[in-house]
Amino acid sequence: MSDHRSARELVWQQIRYQNKIFWRSPISAFFTIVFPLMFLIIFATLFGSEELGDTGVTTAQFYAPALAVFGAVSATYTNLGIGTAISRDEGILKRVRGTPLPPWIYMAGRVGSAIWIAFIAVVLMMGVGVVAYGVNIYAAALPAALLTFVVGVACFAALGLLLAALAPSGEAAPAIANATLLPLAFISDIFVAPSENSPGWSATLGDIFPLKHFAVAFSDAFHPDRVAAAGSSWLDHFHWGDLGVMALWLVGGVILAVRFFTWEPRGGERKRSARKRARVAAGS
Amino acid sequence: MAIEVTGLVKTYGETRAVNGVDLTVAEGEVFALLGPNGAGKSTAVEILEGHRTATAGTVRVLGIDPETGGRDYRERIGIVLQETAIEKELSVREAIDIYGALYPRRRPVGELIEIVGLEAKSDARIKTLSGGQRRRLELALGIVGDPELLFLDEPTTGFDPSARRQAWTVIENLAGLGKTILLTTHYMDEAQALSDRVAVIRSGEIVAEGTPETIGGRADAATVISFSLPPGTRPPGLGETLEEGGLYVMTAPEATSTLHRLTSWAVAEGVELGSLRVEKPSLEDIYLELTGEAAGE
Repeated sequence: MSDHRSARELVWQQIRYQNKIFWRSPISAFFTIVFPLMFLIIFATLFGSEELGDTGVTTAQFYAPALAVFGAVSATYTNLGIGTAISRDEGILKRVRGTPLPPWIYMAGRVGSAIWIAFIAVVLMMGVGVVAYGVNIYAAALPAALLTFVVGVACFAALGLLLAALAPSGEAAPAIANATLLPLAFISDIFVAPSENSPGWSATLGDIFPLKHFAVAFSDAFHPDRVAAAGSSWLDHFHWGDLGVMALWLVGGVILAVRFFTWEPRGGERKRSARKRARVAAGS
Repeated sequence: MAIEVTGLVKTYGETRAVNGVDLTVAEGEVFALLGPNGAGKSTAVEILEGHRTATAGTVRVLGIDPETGGRDYRERIGIVLQETAIEKELSVREAIDIYGALYPRRRPVGELIEIVGLEAKSDARIKTLSGGQRRRLELALGIVGDPELLFLDEPTTGFDPSARRQAWTVIENLAGLGKTILLTTHYMDEAQALSDRVAVIRSGEIVAEGTPETIGGRADAATVISFSLPPGTRPPGLGETLEEGGLYVMTAPEATSTLHRLTSWAVAEGVELGSLRVEKPSLEDIYLELTGEAAGE
């Protein structure tokens, strides 16, 4: 056989096989897909259909879009970052570098797969919200929700790759991912509804990072009062300010990730020879 | 020439990992690079593969500079490194299929599985394979694109003896197809069995080069005669005789006559020469002498 596959074919193939690896890794599938759904069910069960705090909406109406964003960020930032750092340390990236596959196609495969999984996480979350808890969906605001999703996952995929680039080892990556994402989720209107009682600094801090902008821009597209207040045209629902902040983080993330990314395993000579010894021991 | 290297230097800060290496490997040749850990052989090989850039010197592999050869170059080579892994969630068949898709010339998946002897494991997840089976799969991935040149960095480290023989057969078959193979190994029997020529690298420099039979003056080296004697028997005074753990060892430049005199003495005295052996220094002896490694690794 002698033929070159086109770049498009190769990208699709890489996405498909990254998806396959994701679904065969129960832990990442659990944390990305099942974990946020569990939160929705727990919160909705605990707080019932009452209005949640100062939000003007029910518990499920607040948490479904917020946790959908959390799932999307888990798929792109957490999973992509940790997975890439581990693949680098295992030597998978180095293997790929020795093949004719252009590096950008490999990365497009990983990012494309992460975004696809983020999409599934969001659709599942909103689907369960609508069917089980009567969450509202507004056709006019869906284009805005979709664009917010696209900019948001692109931003967090870039930050995920930056995480992989900066993580000193694959083992350190999960700690870094969780230590950055989880505290941020508490001040970004995801785990905790915004309240007049919360201190001003936490709101300011939340405004600096992209997560709150993702959550607010996405949630507002499902918020009855805000959708009504925004206007009747589908163009009225875009949150350009939030999208702009995410776009800035996206650009910064890409620039820094490209600057610091390496394909070589890390951990130094000592660790590598330890791995080699382990292999010798395992084989003999 | 498949590989032409002149004056190759690679420095890391103050350290000269590769210090002026010249190397030529002909098309269809199996060439083994031997040397202790840290001698620079992996660095040299990784420069040839395009994984690292040279500090100085010229490198041409298949007529291409690996540093700038990019995709076209990588379509023509196969690499089996020590430090690479395969996605463990995939099955053997899937991995070969996915990596094969990256090359314009692809060898059929079934054929590769057969070549490396993984038929019974073809649908098993890679995480369930033993170390030796994974290494054989890596060998399959190294040749999935039907390369003209194959880099094998310690291909059988961690194999049990029968897996090693199987891998050798695979490599011999590839060589039989006219592929050029650049091999690094710690095992002298492997270099002896597989390679047409070997080079020994030490502290970033090639200290000897030749066929496994002649390298380091092996062909001209004195023959070693060793034997044991019954208790209480003194060895004959036929030249310098060392005693090592109950064995007497003679180094004989003229082996035929020395052996004749030794056996004549033994027959005349009615002494049985136990464990009698007559041999040239092994490739390993030469290697240890060249690298100054008494204990090996």
